[in-house]
Amino acid sequence: MSDRHPAFMPLIFVGGLIFGFGLAFSHMARPEVVLDFLQFEDFGLLFVMFGAAIVSGIAFAVMPRLRDSAPLTGDAYGRRLKSFDRNVLFGGAIFGVGWGLSGICPGAAYASLGIGNVTILWALAGMFLGAYLQGYWRSRSQARDTTAAGAD
Amino acid sequence: MVIDVLPLQVAAELFPNGISRYAVGGLLVGLGAVVIYLGTGIAAGASTFLESTLSYVSDQSRFQQYVSSRDWRVVFTLGIVLGAAVYAAFWQGGAWTTDVQPWRLLVGGVLVGIGTRVGKGCTSGHGVCGVGSASKTSIVGVITFLAVAIVTAQLVAALGVSP
Repeated sequence: MSDRHPAFMPLIFVGGLIFGFGLAFSHMARPEVVLDFLQFEDFGLLFVMFGAAIVSGIAFAVMPRLRDSAPLTGDAYGRRLKSFDRNVLFGGAIFGVGWGLSGICPGAAYASLGIGNVTILWALAGMFLGAYLQGYWRSRSQARDTTAAGAD
Repeated sequence: MVIDVLPLQVAAELFPNGISRYAVGGLLVGLGAVVIYLGTGIAAGASTFLESTLSYVSDQSRFQQYVSSRDWRVVFTLGIVLGAAVYAAFWQGGAWTTDVQPWRLLVGGVLVGIGTRVGKGCTSGHGVCGVGSASKTSIVGVITFLAVAIVTAQLVAALGVSP
């Protein structure tokens, strides 16, 4: 969008570069490594998840005290908080079956493509299909609820 | 001396590939998220890209809610792909491909696509940014998908499916 700061997109891109390089460096972009972790054969992946969470956690804790808003957007620094409902459990369980079966999650799948793993296109196609199916179903049920509410 | 060696043996069993690649990689993943957060205040996740990109081709209301962020999410994902490609070119020594069977990737991918979007986040949104935010929702989400993934992977392996 035209009203965005000129450095917005370059910064997002640089953040993505570091993020993707890290996923490749950690080998989490390889399904085999994730499956070894889930099968208790190599616990190293704990360091990827907690290492990344600790680094981001420091920023989430410190930045709101240092500045009111982010320089490129003017948005307030906040934490990533989402409301809890049974969808978190239901969706999390479906994601867990998929992750345990394939050994790949979305960010790692993008990075996997980057390390030359063209076979991961099967997983990416599946992810788009799955995202479409739930979006189609939820858009329809939402429209149905709205119509029903309007009829009252 | 025996007392000194034992912890090393345990560590070698738990971490047959050492921990440095995992720790350094994890710190970089966190740094990538922090760079974006510092500049924009955005706590980015990877799975929203799936729905936001579908908004280019589908009018469903569920996807249209992401129209305002869909362009930068494409840029974020391109960054992830290229960052990993830089690693492959200079450290990995060329392309690497998985031996995990395509049906596992496809079926698993469909479930990942449904589950991450219904469950409000994935390994990066809940796992990195959410846990980093000490969000109870995200911590419950991570425990859920991690526990189910462990059971699933062990079951699949026990059934003799490999790789």
